[in-house]
Amino acid sequence: MYFKVLFMNEQNQQTLDTLQDIKRMMERSSRFISLSGLSGIAAGICALVGAWFARNEFKPYYKSYDYRGGYAADDFQELKFRLLVIALSVLAAAWVSAFYFTWRKARHNKLPVWDLTAKRLTINMLIPLVAGGLFIMAMYQYNDWKFIAPACLIFYGLALVNASKYTLSDVRYLGLLQILVGLISTQFVGYGLYFWALGFGVLHIIYGFVMWWKYERNA
Amino acid sequence: MKNPIIGLNKIFDNRIRLGIMSVLMVNEEINFNDLKQMLEVTDGNLATHLINLEDNGFIKVKKGFVGKKTNTTYSVTKAGEKAFTDHIAALENMIKGVK
Repeated sequence: MYFKVLFMNEQNQQTLDTLQDIKRMMERSSRFISLSGLSGIAAGICALVGAWFARNEFKPYYKSYDYRGGYAADDFQELKFRLLVIALSVLAAAWVSAFYFTWRKARHNKLPVWDLTAKRLTINMLIPLVAGGLFIMAMYQYNDWKFIAPACLIFYGLALVNASKYTLSDVRYLGLLQILVGLISTQFVGYGLYFWALGFGVLHIIYGFVMWWKYERNA
Repeated sequence: MKNPIIGLNKIFDNRIRLGIMSVLMVNEEINFNDLKQMLEVTDGNLATHLINLEDNGFIKVKKGFVGKKTNTTYSVTKAGEKAFTDHIAALENMIKGVK
């Protein structure tokens, strides 16, 4: 009898292992699971630093505005160009640092960083992101600055909601919050930068920390 | 009581065949190289098991081209889906049965 129980336990353990193997294989082959929480924190810090630089650009512009007593086209073009350079630098820095931490996590878990799931995630994230980027560039082209920050937040949020089907499902909540912040900011024209910093900076950092706490703290 | 082992499929005894089926259940279509990367197996080993599953009617093979390179993709058949879900159900029953 004792031997029978022992045998059953061993067999049970094997069956459990098999089921866990199946589950792991299904998860690993359909979602990109190496996304690191530290990537979110790094991207958030980049955004906050960028927002600080951007804010400093507004100071001389308003000073000159007050001094001249009105709007000056060349000042506006100068500001526009400087803000674009900051925005693109932030984008590049955020992508590089986010990629680094995710690459590190994948290597640590001995998983390939550029596999089918990573490709799927990238494509599905890029569709709303590129559409939004081009739309925002058109607003920039026509000097329609009012809704640039809300559009950044909303399109990025939509990109995350779409991407969440191909990676950790928690990304969906970050996306929904970005959309919400973007929509609220449409009602506060002129404060776009602060909402932008809240969405891309603060939310990223909070999300990143929560993800790190949930999945990586003990790894 | 129903015999819990009914539904267990000998074909899925093999770890690689079980892995192939797991991946195909959640991916509509997948090509040879992606499958190889996910399961971490050699070409020959993977090919043998794919042929076995195809012969049993559990998977469909589609041969195509990407540029000049051949691109073979695999997907699960209705029969394969049924056999695999039965197999999982049987495994789950075995665990429940012992408790």
